[in-house]
Amino acid sequence: MEKFTNVSGVAAPMPLVNIDTDMIIPKQFLKTIKRSGLGVNLFDEMRYNLDGSEISNFVLNKPAYRNAEIIVAGENFGCGSSREHAPWALKDFGISVVISESYADIFYSNCFKNGILPIMLPKEAIDVLMEDASKGENARISVDLENQTVSATDGTEYIFEVDAFKKHCLMNGLDDIGLTFQKIDAVDAYEKAQIETKPWL
Amino acid sequence: MSAPKTLYDKIWDAHVAHEAEDGTCLLYIDRHLVHEVTSPQAFEGLRMAGRTVRAPDKTIAVPDHNVPTTTDRVQGIDNEESRIQVDALDVNAKEFGIHYYPVSDVRQGIVHIVGPEQGWTLPGMTVVCGDSHTATHGAFGSLAHGIGTSEVEHVLATQTLIQKKSKNMKVEITGSLLPGVTAKDITMNVIGKTGTAGGTGYVIEYCGQAIEALSMEGRMTVCNMAIEGGARAGLIAPDQKTFDYCNGRPNAPKGSDWDLALENWKGLYTDEDANFDQIITIKAEDIAPSVTWGTSPEDVLPIDAVVPAPEDFKGGKIEAVKRALAYMGLTPGQKLSDVEIDTVFIGSCTNGRIEDLRAAAEVLKGQKIKNGMRAMVVPGSGLVRAQAEEEGLAQIFMDAGFEWRMAGCSMCLAMNPDQLAPEERCAATSNRNFEGRQGRGGRTHLLSPAMAAAASITGKLTDIRTFNGGA
Repeated sequence: MEKFTNVSGVAAPMPLVNIDTDMIIPKQFLKTIKRSGLGVNLFDEMRYNLDGSEISNFVLNKPAYRNAEIIVAGENFGCGSSREHAPWALKDFGISVVISESYADIFYSNCFKNGILPIMLPKEAIDVLMEDASKGENARISVDLENQTVSATDGTEYIFEVDAFKKHCLMNGLDDIGLTFQKIDAVDAYEKAQIETKPWL
Repeated sequence: MSAPKTLYDKIWDAHVAHEAEDGTCLLYIDRHLVHEVTSPQAFEGLRMAGRTVRAPDKTIAVPDHNVPTTTDRVQGIDNEESRIQVDALDVNAKEFGIHYYPVSDVRQGIVHIVGPEQGWTLPGMTVVCGDSHTATHGAFGSLAHGIGTSEVEHVLATQTLIQKKSKNMKVEITGSLLPGVTAKDITMNVIGKTGTAGGTGYVIEYCGQAIEALSMEGRMTVCNMAIEGGARAGLIAPDQKTFDYCNGRPNAPKGSDWDLALENWKGLYTDEDANFDQIITIKAEDIAPSVTWGTSPEDVLPIDAVVPAPEDFKGGKIEAVKRALAYMGLTPGQKLSDVEIDTVFIGSCTNGRIEDLRAAAEVLKGQKIKNGMRAMVVPGSGLVRAQAEEEGLAQIFMDAGFEWRMAGCSMCLAMNPDQLAPEERCAATSNRNFEGRQGRGGRTHLLSPAMAAAASITGKLTDIRTFNGGA
């Protein structure tokens, strides 16, 4: 996984609550056997008409937001299915930070596996950042993972919480499987004990 | 004496293979279920790194999301991308030596129906799958939840997951359900009460008299939709019904192993005085047959209610409701029982089991679906289909005008050819009413199998309590 670097960029405002994974990447694009190339279909049914032309008032189709790196969204972002195609599509489009009041668990966890930082902040902060985001290119939001801060355009810094282990993996681009293999003796021992005590498994 | 534990605490503690100082754990996984949509990238990752599947005997694969449900599917899948995905699973299952039920196998079906049916799912286990409806298996008192593809690869390679413990929530349904009210209505009403994010960060244990009274099929329906309330996993303590369901299944333990397992399983309950971070209590008699009206599973109301107005809500939900009503083509104040439907879908991992088909067939016996109605039954597995044929249910469905399909996920998520057209309105026994879920522009109303059957006859969302046939 690539290392996460600090971001200072345009944020797309998506105030809708409960933006689900079917919206983020509709099922017809789950038929791929690759991880790449999904950015073009990010938010497909909100972004394109049936004939494939762009829906001009959708935020990511507006000139100011075509290169957005951040999404500021309504609460419970990423609810619904476990499809990792959702973070794959966000990342492939160029989004590396999402800011919302809350996330669905599986989506939240999937983000960290793909170099995306999902930031949780209280409503008051989201309201300010949503307003900033609505100013398009005139307002850049800065995210610093090491110091765990989001800076609004007026200079206000919001501190966010992030699990120390997840932060460490994201900052260093660490591969989970490689890390687990370092502890594989513990898994061997667990399995050995399980065969003794729970032979039916 | 050790501190009292919840059922979740007990299963969690029994599966921690390693715990770091900060509480990050390696949780051992007893069963890994795999389907064709969320696994190809994981197998490819293993291949690229020269890794193997650590426990192929604990790994079970079945294609379900993409497979057509028409009987001609044995001749192959027309859609090229779907075919490639199913072929990739064929190849990966063989190459990595995992258990596999191909499309041609009568045991093939929706992964969450096949697992319990084949005795892969047992009490006290940890069960994962690259699918959010893995919560279904919690009905057996197993800790079961959905994972992403990176985690699928992690489990394939290490048979563990990197996890931190969730919080405990108790959802108690007291008393007895009234006639016409089902497990589906229970689970939708819980979501209506908590909202789709209410369960985020929690594992839910469902308990109480109404839960105990449910069959295993009903309990699977309840746990299946735990994820729609935001909880990764839902649990129900195993009891004699659970043990009877498991006993004799092809992959359930036998002989002395069974006795040993049973002894262990009998300790799978929440200790008295165990701590829950949140407790929700609902009276069973307060639950009415319910339907969804919007585009989130929390948008649920009793069938005799009216479509709400945006101003009935607060905060960000107001805009969401405006959008949902426009998408659904509904007007505030409109009676839900007046909403006319075009299509009925009976199936899915929520309601595609034999009991669901029995409940729908009971309503459809001697009836005809409304003229012009499109109606299909997609059994959850080949074995459910075979049993329904043996019991004469298939004939009832076909006589009524339903299409009788082969097993798969089908129109629940419309990855196969079973899809809604824009603005086509469907009464569905599935689990998600998201925009575009059943086909772009399609409008979904979630409800129970009996209510779906009644709607197919009247052509409208229908109160099963007052339904008296297609007069």
